[in-house]
Amino acid sequence: MPRQDFERHLKNLQEELLVLGSMVEKAIGRSTDALVTRNLALARQVIAEDLNINKKRYDIEEMCIELIATQQPLARDLRIIIAVLNMIVDLERIGDHAEGNAKIAIMIGDEPPLKPYIDIPRMAEKTGEMLRAALDAFIRRDVGAARAVIAQDDVVDNLYDQVFRELLTYMAEDSKTINRATRLIWVAHNLERSADRVTNICERTIFVITGQVEEQGVSKY
Amino acid sequence: MDTVLKSLVSQNTRANVSGDNIMVAENLRAYYGSFLAVKDFNMGIKTKSITAIIGPSGCGKSTLIRCLNRMHEVIHGARVTGKIFLDGDDIYAPGIDPVNIRHRIGMVFQKPNPFPTMSVMENAVAGLKLTRVFGRRSEMEEIAEKSLRQAALWDEVKDKLKQSGASLSGGQQQRLCIARALAVEPEVILMDEPCSALDPIATLKIEDLMRNLSQNYTIVVVTHNMQQAGRVSDMTAFMMMGDDRAGILVEYGRTDQIFTNPKDKRTEDYITGRFG
Repeated sequence: MPRQDFERHLKNLQEELLVLGSMVEKAIGRSTDALVTRNLALARQVIAEDLNINKKRYDIEEMCIELIATQQPLARDLRIIIAVLNMIVDLERIGDHAEGNAKIAIMIGDEPPLKPYIDIPRMAEKTGEMLRAALDAFIRRDVGAARAVIAQDDVVDNLYDQVFRELLTYMAEDSKTINRATRLIWVAHNLERSADRVTNICERTIFVITGQVEEQGVSKY
Repeated sequence: MDTVLKSLVSQNTRANVSGDNIMVAENLRAYYGSFLAVKDFNMGIKTKSITAIIGPSGCGKSTLIRCLNRMHEVIHGARVTGKIFLDGDDIYAPGIDPVNIRHRIGMVFQKPNPFPTMSVMENAVAGLKLTRVFGRRSEMEEIAEKSLRQAALWDEVKDKLKQSGASLSGGQQQRLCIARALAVEPEVILMDEPCSALDPIATLKIEDLMRNLSQNYTIVVVTHNMQQAGRVSDMTAFMMMGDDRAGILVEYGRTDQIFTNPKDKRTEDYITGRFG
């Protein structure tokens, strides 16, 4: 079969994307766990591991540049590489959002929790689930699955609304909660943005399959 | 010929030129004896643009462009059926002089072929000298300079116009051949693998030249180099050999579309190197 070496590199590139995706998914889960369980050591670990996420992103970027420079990819091959180049930016930013949440976990870690966390862990779980499904849709080149993931962004948006309203009520009732509540709104916002970035990944999957760059519905935020 | 008869002939030999196509091939078939080399080819060539024809070896690319200026028929036993229109007129219609067609549709070949016994200047106007007598030497020099400038060669050869054309480098020789084609002021220039014998720098110079020339001329280029097709052309046609070994047009479209999102799987397989 022609271009065996290129095929191998292209496969390897996508496997590395999955590795980065799994690192980011882990960061989303761990940063939320650190917040919920007030585990400052875990939060520090998420912050430290963000460096590995960044490094992996740049390693993959280099692989893409090398493939473009040496293999002159065209058509779907080119679209795959361009898609990966875009996806790693989104993944790295999701990693940054998780790192941000880990920092907030440390900032408010000494203060008593406002309330038991329910919706924020749900947001994190849903975002992680969407990320996994988005990368799976990419590997399987499944437009329908990619579109289904995009549709799930509404779930995260609605949870964000709920968290926002609830925390606003806390702040209105007791000004001593403003610091903690504001920071928790940041946490929810970071998760909401992460889910939006997952939808970008799905748009890139659709681009790989159809060749069309199309915005798949506008997020509420 | 009376007016009525003229109009009948005109109806039979004029294409329904659509849009801005300077040339149109209709149901074109090219044969070598009984062998069908190009089959049922239908395509329009846009005016003042570069059209690249790509495809694997033996798919009929060179045969096709040789049909476009009636060069195919000079091979013994070769013939063409179907029609090719230039500015709406069928170039294969009875009574059309192929020499005149070759003036209007010039050709540049794979290997630079300046006339070795002629000087640089004589080479530049060689095509023109076949059809006209220059009234004065300065007129010939003016046309030679104009063509050499158009071919982006003047600055490099202006001090050696009397030297043999064969003394130039490969890239310069090819630009000299382009100057020679330009001197007769054609409407269309056909290029058959014009850079295959050149190094990368000379190749890029020719490509720059092609881009500049496309502002005033229509260019059709056959190339094996897909990167070159991507770099220089506005439109790309992909040909391949059918089951009966006859060359067919598989896909024709804007170059950016062909190279990023081809519609036909065979095009995709070819340009991504997975052909066969």
